[in-house]
Amino acid sequence: MASTLHSALQNLRDRKVWKSIFRRGPANTNRTRSLAVFGNLFLHWLPVKVREKSLRVRASYYLGSVSFILFIVLFVTGILLMFYYHPAAPHAYRDMKDLQFVVSNGVFLRNLHRLAAHLMVFAVFWHMFHVFYRGGYKPPHEFNWVVGVVLLLVTLLLSYTGYLLPWDQLAFWAVTVGTNIISAMPFVGDKIRFLLLGGNIVGENALLRFYVLHVVILPLVAFLLIGIHFWRVQKDGGLTVKPKDDDGKE
Amino acid sequence: MEKNKIETGFSSDAKKEPRRVVFVAKKTSAKVVGDPGPQLMTYPHLLIREAIAFQLLVIVMVLVALFWDAPLEQLANPLLTPNPAKAPWYFLGLQELLHFFPPFVAGILIPTLVVIALVVIPYFNVNVEGKAIWSRPAQNLRIVLVTVFLLLAFLAVFYAWTIFLPTALVAALLLFSYTARAGEKGSFQVLARKPVSWWVMTWFIAVALCLTVVGTFF
Repeated sequence: MASTLHSALQNLRDRKVWKSIFRRGPANTNRTRSLAVFGNLFLHWLPVKVREKSLRVRASYYLGSVSFILFIVLFVTGILLMFYYHPAAPHAYRDMKDLQFVVSNGVFLRNLHRLAAHLMVFAVFWHMFHVFYRGGYKPPHEFNWVVGVVLLLVTLLLSYTGYLLPWDQLAFWAVTVGTNIISAMPFVGDKIRFLLLGGNIVGENALLRFYVLHVVILPLVAFLLIGIHFWRVQKDGGLTVKPKDDDGKE
Repeated sequence: MEKNKIETGFSSDAKKEPRRVVFVAKKTSAKVVGDPGPQLMTYPHLLIREAIAFQLLVIVMVLVALFWDAPLEQLANPLLTPNPAKAPWYFLGLQELLHFFPPFVAGILIPTLVVIALVVIPYFNVNVEGKAIWSRPAQNLRIVLVTVFLLLAFLAVFYAWTIFLPTALVAALLLFSYTARAGEKGSFQVLARKPVSWWVMTWFIAVALCLTVVGTFF
């Protein structure tokens, strides 16, 4: 079985079409493994080699990866949820009920989206604190730290704008409480609040604005910044490795 | 050959006219401190770890999502205010601050200052080597005592006990580490080697945690 599979794969690799796509042989030498990374659009921002120490779980707890994985899960489940959602009051609430009683696996989809959202906020906070305690903000990583702080804010905004979308009591009052704070800003507070809500109260316009922010603007900003963030990790010389890591302890 | 020269400014003979392939500026290039140590190929060593992380995370989340339903309350009703009306959990710490300070201070000033503080951390180029706070024991002890006293007094004036408590705890740890700075190797000795930035961040996290927990459960 295994040898049949192996020879089938070998056979496939010899095809013209396969070669036109991957332009390399099997990744069994360091040369082809390097090509596998920098010849691939989705991997080319990674270094070809990484320090063994920076791969240890203790070095990062993979918190950056975890945050990104959660973002991907949110992206996929979010798009699926968009098929069943109307950003209008009170239709949005009825869509929640439809997810619960009509749509196949609708509750599961919503559960997964909500769980990943809360976990992402948690993971991003933890990621930042961990990077701080590792000294990961120090030169040459200064700029990437700043990008990371902005990404934290974007994550919070993404979560917060998503909070309103179910249009239930929890959503409505959480957003009312939060946006009332903006009024406390001197001079421009009320104007900014009006801009954000499209009115003076949390109503149908606010729902639409939060929806557009949640599904278009903020994800775009997040994707862009995540790209810069990842790219800079490599350009700044990889993860911070502490001298203490030598003895295998943190 | 001649035409090429006009068009691009380069001849194709790299030996005669070397082309600049990459420009490495001394001041902006990345520096890796210390010995890089042994290296592994990204493909497969890093990628397999990412794949495992992805699978583990998704499996756990699917299991949790199967059994733990997202809450859905009644339809939004502007006329019916629940008591208490709560923000999402990550803003509950800020909401707690509203008990002690006016909305402008709690909702605008403090968060803005926190964000600015976070952004300037790497540019605030003091003590990059991470010198211990007790490397100058006598002088720094005086500064620490005065700062802690003023801070606690300020919090007490505003009856901000949920901030007072974690602040006092971190301050106590800080002072314990002072007494243990020259002692045997122990947990307090480890603390005694931490720089000021470490203490400020730890204090911030302690306060944020305390406020969030109090905001969530009370």
